[in-house]
Amino acid sequence: MMNLSRSAALISLFLLPLLSFSFSVDNPTDRRVLVLLDDLSLKSSHSIFFNTLKSRGFDLDFKLADDSKLALQRYGQYLYDGLIIFAPSTERFGGSLDSKSVADFVDSGRDLILSADTSASDLIRGIALECGVDFDEDSSAMVIDHSSFSVSDGDHTLIAADDLVKSDVILGKTKIEAPVLFRGVAHSLNPTNNLVLKVLSASPSAYSANPSSKLSSPPQLTGSAISLVSVMQARNNARVVISGSLQLFSDRLFRSGVQKAGSPNKYEKSGNEQFVTEVSKWVFHERGHLKAGSLVHHRVGETDEPAIYRIKDDLEFSVEILEWSGKSWEPYVADDVQVQFYMMSPYVLKTLSTDKKGMFHTSFKVPDVYGVFQFKVEYEKLGYTTLSLSKQIPVRPYRHNEYERFIPTAYPYYGACFTTMAGFFVFSFVYLYHK
Amino acid sequence: MGGKQDPTTANGSPKSEPTATKNTTPDLLNSFFSFKSLKLKTKQQELLLRVSILGLVYVLAFIARLFSVLRYESMIHEFDPYFNYRTTLFLTEKGFHEFWNWFDSESWYPLGRIIGGTLYPGLMVTAALIYWALRFLRFFVHIREVCVLTAPFFASNTTVVAYFFGKEIWDTGAGLVAAALIAICPGYISRSVAGSYDNEAVAIFALLLTFYLFVKAVKTGSLSWALGSAFGYFYMVSAWGGYVFIINLVPLYVLVMLITGRYSMRLYVAYNCMYILGMLLAMQIRFVGFQHVQSGEHMGAMGVFLLMQVFYFLDWVKYKLNDTKLFQTFLKITVTSAILVGGIALGVGTASGYISPWTGRFYSLLDPTYAKDHIPIIASVSEHQPTAWSSFMFDYHILLFLFPAGLYFCFKRLSDATIFIVMYGLTSLYFAGVMVRLILVATPAVCLISAIAVSATVKNLTSLLRTKQKVPQTGSTKGVGSSKSSSKVTLDQSQPFQKNGAIALLVGVFYLLSRYAIHCTWVTSEAYSSPSIVLAARGAHGNRIIFDDYREAYYWLRQNTPTDAKVMSWWDYGYQITAMGNRTVIVDNNTWNNTHIATVGRAMSSYEDEAYDIMRSLDVNYVLVVFGGVTGYSSDDINKFLWMVRIGGGVYPVIKEPDYLVNGEFRVDKGASPKMLNCLMYKLCYYRFGELVTEYGKPAGYDRARGVEIGNKDIKLEHLEEAYTTSNWIVRIYRVKPPTNRV
Repeated sequence: MMNLSRSAALISLFLLPLLSFSFSVDNPTDRRVLVLLDDLSLKSSHSIFFNTLKSRGFDLDFKLADDSKLALQRYGQYLYDGLIIFAPSTERFGGSLDSKSVADFVDSGRDLILSADTSASDLIRGIALECGVDFDEDSSAMVIDHSSFSVSDGDHTLIAADDLVKSDVILGKTKIEAPVLFRGVAHSLNPTNNLVLKVLSASPSAYSANPSSKLSSPPQLTGSAISLVSVMQARNNARVVISGSLQLFSDRLFRSGVQKAGSPNKYEKSGNEQFVTEVSKWVFHERGHLKAGSLVHHRVGETDEPAIYRIKDDLEFSVEILEWSGKSWEPYVADDVQVQFYMMSPYVLKTLSTDKKGMFHTSFKVPDVYGVFQFKVEYEKLGYTTLSLSKQIPVRPYRHNEYERFIPTAYPYYGACFTTMAGFFVFSFVYLYHK
Repeated sequence: MGGKQDPTTANGSPKSEPTATKNTTPDLLNSFFSFKSLKLKTKQQELLLRVSILGLVYVLAFIARLFSVLRYESMIHEFDPYFNYRTTLFLTEKGFHEFWNWFDSESWYPLGRIIGGTLYPGLMVTAALIYWALRFLRFFVHIREVCVLTAPFFASNTTVVAYFFGKEIWDTGAGLVAAALIAICPGYISRSVAGSYDNEAVAIFALLLTFYLFVKAVKTGSLSWALGSAFGYFYMVSAWGGYVFIINLVPLYVLVMLITGRYSMRLYVAYNCMYILGMLLAMQIRFVGFQHVQSGEHMGAMGVFLLMQVFYFLDWVKYKLNDTKLFQTFLKITVTSAILVGGIALGVGTASGYISPWTGRFYSLLDPTYAKDHIPIIASVSEHQPTAWSSFMFDYHILLFLFPAGLYFCFKRLSDATIFIVMYGLTSLYFAGVMVRLILVATPAVCLISAIAVSATVKNLTSLLRTKQKVPQTGSTKGVGSSKSSSKVTLDQSQPFQKNGAIALLVGVFYLLSRYAIHCTWVTSEAYSSPSIVLAARGAHGNRIIFDDYREAYYWLRQNTPTDAKVMSWWDYGYQITAMGNRTVIVDNNTWNNTHIATVGRAMSSYEDEAYDIMRSLDVNYVLVVFGGVTGYSSDDINKFLWMVRIGGGVYPVIKEPDYLVNGEFRVDKGASPKMLNCLMYKLCYYRFGELVTEYGKPAGYDRARGVEIGNKDIKLEHLEEAYTTSNWIVRIYRVKPPTNRV
């Protein structure tokens, strides 16, 4: 019985990474991505984007969105590690694919790039809604900005956006100098969802409306509430990019020069290529992916992990955190990783110090409270995978023989006790035998 | 059976005499036996009879409690016994030191519980000792069997103590009757059937033993009896919180003795020795600790102890002084200053917090309405309810009117011992009226006093009969009858109906006693032998149906959930889940932390969203509810629900009882309040119940426990999912889902 369960555990240990993690540690470059297209012409019009992906080792599988043989999984196994949906107008996917199966795909820890466009279908909107993104309900509406558009075209719907999220993890270390060109539909984020965030926001002067008709009522979405490109990192660390513009990824906008209205700077090349490449690196876990080893703790001076601590024990705590660099696991270096010693509320909150080799450690004294505690490492940093580790450990009070045997302040009492006993003995003796 | 033994006690010795003397027939066998009986002197015959009766009663007390094993199986009953069983198991496996220092991280998550310091270890240690003794004697029994049979074993021992106690306060006849009465008294059996492995099982034995030894000490003035009483007290303290009754009754008795002028050196020795040594011994129990000097409930005993010293001192001064006038003034000064000093000490102690005030439980004993107004958690327990008249009748039967008769006899022959038993009987009967479960404490006293009534009556009647027979036969020369009866003979010779009257009365007594025996057997087999963890019902064809859903659910938990899973349920089921399911619980029957229980009550009475946050904060993985709507099992969570609301609302005012009531009425049908229809408890109990047809001719979703069609049949769960429902739907377990991946 014991053996069986152990071997089963071993097997599952080997199988687990294969089955459940899209992000394969052993062979991260060989990744299969399904690309769903409205029209196969997109393959050539967006070739730069696809080629950068291929050059980074992704195995792209182009399919029409209404291909009747479409399937994400076979025999319960996912066939792909990532999904790119460039089919904004598709009303129904072919095969067994629907919005629920896309959501399940994300829930299984796999990544998604979804691009809508003007007149996005309900299907695409539905998928976006599942990820906390709300596209403008007016299907003919576009983002219009009369102050930060691209001058080259003179079209106020071609936005030159430069309000990027300040995160090296998502957008890479090299700063994106040129504005990003965007033409498409606006979306807003679900305020109750704290997993989704804007990567590229519109300027305060932008609004969402139908450019070909007169505005009869104030637009629903205005200013920086409008998000142009958003990312979502699910609780299982699946990553999703949602863009309101398919053209953002196109070769044409990649190559076109840009000058933002009212700005003297003119750029030969828009920021699109850099932006899209960096975001795709992030979404496919080439950056900002952390991995933590198990939480290790033991008493000071010991190496084995105890089953229970006593109050006021001194303990050492450590955890190894590694970061995926795109090729290998590198030590993660940061000074803001914290550990909680937690029982309903944190009794100890300590910042861990790192040895720059990936090990984070600290030592502290167990509080003078017994109960079932948890070591908790809750690390949520913009762009990085969320680390949420906890390990339960009970803390017991002193045993009956762990108290001080003789307390110096109690010596008068001991003295009183023994003198009384001696006195009683002497008294009895005298009373009984002394006439 | 109890009734049939009594005549033999009374008639045994005189009857055997005539058969011995008349023996002249040549029947050899017969002559051999009569020869033997001839050899035994009357006293020896009596001893033989007494011992054999006591032996029979001893066996009877044991086997009367085995109904539950025969009807069901050898199993632990109810709720608390499961905790006791679990701790006993731990004790036998890990040894005493581990047990003493046990920090249990499986209950009261995440607070944990120091088991060693929060229980009365007497029961567990007793069972473990029996277990070890049996193993030493090469009887390899399972510890469960020992636990199951501990209560009957100690009930048997109690009968022996009752015999000696009865002998002490009245005579051997009363002792035997008391032993027989207590052996089968339902009030005692209810708490001591096989499997009811609770503290009371040994505590009643300890209680009676302490009282007996104390009475003996008062009677003899012997230090050794007082010492024995102190040890009995120590055992009682180690076994049950009811020891507070002893530490208050004994001083009260002493006080009464002082007031009635029955103060004696014997009393002084007995009380002082018992109090001081008992107190020192009791302090060794971790759970009791320094309560004897620090808690308000124990201050009475200390006050009486000090008063006694003052009394003794005054006695001594009186003896030395020889001047009544001087003594009177001295008395006044001493008494006032003693009371003043005592009062100041008590006041300072209470004000500084050194002496803790009375606990709620103690208050609720003195004032039955206290708990209802102030401590819902005490009032919510069914065994803490005030006693109904019917349950007195049910538990005492004829003892209920034998008791006043016994009191009459006690007052007629007042002694130190009878004063004690009268006080014990009256105070405990009051407490029995306050709380149902304290009937148990009153039972020994009621049995003893009733035994005095029975014994005294039967003795008087039989002596009447005997003198009538003897007078014409042997004449007045020999005077076999006692002086009392011979004096009666001279008085009553003119009344021919006396003999018939006595016979009629005797028959009446035997009839009553046999009715008592029948009633006790019936009650034991029908009412008090149900383990309550396995439910039995009568089917449509009169066949017995067993609902074993509790164990089914607990074993499911044990087999199918992660070992560190946390289960949230109402506190009633906490002990059972940890003992049988081996899973961590949030709250259990050791209701030491009201806030924690209130948090669970709040979760149960909130909407699902709010409850989900509470459950997440407590790391709850599973929620367990007990539901009787399918089987008609009435003590389920819906019927307990208002107490959850009350207890939850006592700590968190956001929970308001009127929100769950409609015009002050608790309903679950269409007319129920919207909050009731959507709170977590309702949803979990009635999830998918609307699809089920429970009874022929009734609509789907007909709740058989409450006899209504439920009001919300379309229940959708968002954060929980059904994990397991037992075959009769009595226990339903839900899994708490992790937070959604994308929101």
